[in-house]
Amino acid sequence: MSTGVVWALICIIGLGTFLLRLSGIQLLGGRTLPDAVMRTLRYVPAAVIAAIVVPAIVNGGPEPGFTLENTRLLAGVIAAGVAWSTRSVLATLGTGMGSLWLLEWLL
Amino acid sequence: MAAQPAKQQVFRQGLRAVAPMLPGVIPFGMTAGIAALEAGLDPLTGFGMSLIIFAGAAQLVVAQLIADGALPVIVVLTALIINLRMVMYSASIAPYLGHLPVHWKMPLAYLLTDQAYALSITHFQHGQMAGGPRHWFYLGAALPLWVIWLLATVLGVWLGSAVPPSWQVGFALPLVFLVLLVPVIRDRPSTVAAIAGGGIALAAHDAPYHLGLTIGAVTGVVSGVSAELLLHRRGSAE
Repeated sequence: MSTGVVWALICIIGLGTFLLRLSGIQLLGGRTLPDAVMRTLRYVPAAVIAAIVVPAIVNGGPEPGFTLENTRLLAGVIAAGVAWSTRSVLATLGTGMGSLWLLEWLL
Repeated sequence: MAAQPAKQQVFRQGLRAVAPMLPGVIPFGMTAGIAALEAGLDPLTGFGMSLIIFAGAAQLVVAQLIADGALPVIVVLTALIINLRMVMYSASIAPYLGHLPVHWKMPLAYLLTDQAYALSITHFQHGQMAGGPRHWFYLGAALPLWVIWLLATVLGVWLGSAVPPSWQVGFALPLVFLVLLVPVIRDRPSTVAAIAGGGIALAAHDAPYHLGLTIGAVTGVVSGVSAELLLHRRGSAE
């Protein structure tokens, strides 16, 4: 992809994201969205974030798939436990990267 | 004049609320910078992504799609699907910010992030402050996230080439999102949305045009809404 295309992509995505962010604040004023729309939007974060995380953990590394050689999968499961119980970015990053490096060194 | 808190005071309340979140933003922002380099982009382009897009999840996935040679239209579509949650945040916060003049609304919209939204909506809904300069709280929470994000990206594109590939820093992306996933799984329908979203995105990994993430996300939302309707019909909705 050429530099020009990349910058064009960045600008289009930037403008689109800005419009998504502005949408409610600008168009609704003090009103609220219809219940059905709000209900649908409520599930967007859970669905989107899971769709990013699961493939990145299972297929992101050099040994993709559900095998014991997949160190990212093992480290990801450990990190998921830490994320669930602490909700801390630093603790999850520390445990996740730490166990990945440890597993790489052991296996 | 009723005694309203001064805007400086409200701004400082926002700063205090966001302070504990700032350390976690640093490795995340650095990862965004490093990911841009790994995708073959130059440091200035990596910084441009942080300044113009200013959305970590989208930036990391965009970098990966560019590296994988995805079609430009797919890159745009995927990024906007990822950022669709901003519509929910924007609509949900509109009752508190929607009355402002447009020269306020535009910068406040640009600064809207997962963290700024979560802090502000909690403060507006449960705080004592009725009326008053509420947007100054939002600004106090949102602005430091923006500053730290840009500084961390600079650090990432600056140090990026010095980080050996064996460190696998790309793994920081799913780790940060694991933490963002926990609070949005609130009840049974959102659990269904997450399981369907993640499971289908995984199953659709080899989908044409790198559409796996998009297919997973859309399936997840539909599953969440269906689960809510089903549970409601059975009278066991939470």
